[in-house]
Amino acid sequence: MAETKSLIGTQNKKGQTYTDPWYMLNEAPRTPSFFTGSEVIKEAIRRASCDIMIAYPITPQSEAAALIGELFAEGYVGDYFRGESEFAVMSQCAGASFGGARVFTTTAGPGTMRAMENFPMWAGARLPIQMIVTCRGINSPLSIQPDTLEISYLLNTGMMVWHAETAQDFFDWILKGFIVAEEPDVHLPLALCCDGFFVTHTKDVVQLTPADMCLPPYDPYRSPVPCMDMECPPVRMMRDPFVMKSNYISYATHASWQQEVWAAVERSRKHAIHWLNGLIDAENTDADIMIVASGTAVSQGREAIRMLEDEGVRCGLVKIKTLRPWPTDEIREATKHAKHIFVPEFNVTGWLAKEIRATIPDHHRVYAGPHVCGGMTMPPEIIVSEIKTALGMKTFSLAGRGS
Amino acid sequence: MSTYRVLPGPEHFLPPAAASMGIRLPNPGEAHIHGVIVPEEQAYEEAARQFLMAKVPTIFPGPLVLWAWNEKAAKKATAVRHLFETLKECVQPGQKPMLIPMPDYRPKYPKINPEIEINPNHPNLTIWHNKIDCCMFVGVHCHQANLSLKIIRGGTSCYTIAMCAQAGHEDAMLSFRDASVDKIMKLAETIKRLKGTVEPRLSAAKSH
Repeated sequence: MAETKSLIGTQNKKGQTYTDPWYMLNEAPRTPSFFTGSEVIKEAIRRASCDIMIAYPITPQSEAAALIGELFAEGYVGDYFRGESEFAVMSQCAGASFGGARVFTTTAGPGTMRAMENFPMWAGARLPIQMIVTCRGINSPLSIQPDTLEISYLLNTGMMVWHAETAQDFFDWILKGFIVAEEPDVHLPLALCCDGFFVTHTKDVVQLTPADMCLPPYDPYRSPVPCMDMECPPVRMMRDPFVMKSNYISYATHASWQQEVWAAVERSRKHAIHWLNGLIDAENTDADIMIVASGTAVSQGREAIRMLEDEGVRCGLVKIKTLRPWPTDEIREATKHAKHIFVPEFNVTGWLAKEIRATIPDHHRVYAGPHVCGGMTMPPEIIVSEIKTALGMKTFSLAGRGS
Repeated sequence: MSTYRVLPGPEHFLPPAAASMGIRLPNPGEAHIHGVIVPEEQAYEEAARQFLMAKVPTIFPGPLVLWAWNEKAAKKATAVRHLFETLKECVQPGQKPMLIPMPDYRPKYPKINPEIEINPNHPNLTIWHNKIDCCMFVGVHCHQANLSLKIIRGGTSCYTIAMCAQAGHEDAMLSFRDASVDKIMKLAETIKRLKGTVEPRLSAAKSH
């Protein structure tokens, strides 16, 4: 069993060089490219030394899944197939990960919901699978349009949950996600979310790392649970049974097991801070008004701030990068001077505002909105309007043209 | 910085995972004692002191050193055996060092034999039965070690040490990281050096 570190500097079968991840992602030259988010997923996976990708079509991730099929045909991904359903895909991902593979998959909306049973299982089994979630509507009537409600269902699975704003975030975080997820003290699945269509189907300039560099392969022997290597004695005990007999001590064991999964989410904090340069980005934290958001709501918030500045209203911004681990201390610190905190969201329930209210003192400062959902866009003007209304300033209505 | 400290129990019906209380793992070259990051050198001294003070100092080797599944594991197993022999040589009359394996992780029903093994699902049974007041985990997969360490902290007063080959364990009272043959041998050397300088405890661990 070769150790991962010893492979750095050697080449894979495609002639890519296994490269120190820190050098590859922070120091190696970058090339600007004009890509859709789906194409960016493909480019990240080209460099990720993935052993397997399992796919199932569902909008808006289908294009990315198909593009990775091309990578498989080119020889950059070890194996690739289509599952029978999202539930099957996530179960098959578990099997591959149990077997010691670096596993990648993509899903969206109802697909995420259909596969939900697998996610706490992945976390409980400490499987460092990376799943891209290109968020879309989940409720009836059917909508394939952007909506982030599905993220709220992922928050208590024991997975790490990160929320990308841009295609550049996506490219970098896919690669960094494997590194954090595979740390032995973490070793958890990652749901890397983005807002469907807004990120997946729009083109943006993305700075790519050299295509002839790739991540070192996954080393399953650093796993905190036995690696399923049928040739080595520790595997003869296999994995622990997930169903234990009912008596007091097995309850205590299961309780400790759950605590250990969440302890691992906590441990990911240190690594995520290191690789993502903090769990949040914050600007103008001395302002009375703050916008706190994740995903593309950050971009809309940024534009709203520019518009407000034109009117002499100063406003700060917090971009939340990781939802699990949740940046409690960072949000408290960044909002400590704020008198008004606005949380624009692309979902009907305002789950992010609820999380923030539960985090900070004086939570009456939090305005849960504006909200849009079901595929509606969020013009920055409605954020401006929400803020001005709360401040008692005269504003305009975007509701219609009137009579 | 967290004010929580990882101390011998019995702590609680269901004690929290130390990580959830803000305890952070050491970086390379460091260790932690009770959740406080310290230089590794300090941890050798404290681990040796705890072993020499204990009435029943015990090593729990896990699957990663119980099988010669690679060359490194075999060498580590030899080092663990050396550590145990050193411990036996260095304790005083009335102290009873033990070496009890954790051969696998499956729950044992209807009941394990606590005289011959420890199991991560009910490690307290082995601790209670043998009145173990200081133990060291080595070669146990991290997830299973954390389960055990937390259950031990919850229900016993045993002092726990982790000689972890990866990033360490917050749920132990004292944890090394990046364990190697050299580190295990160094702990044995430290025990030898401190022989006769540490007063053993008069009583063993509380049973409940």
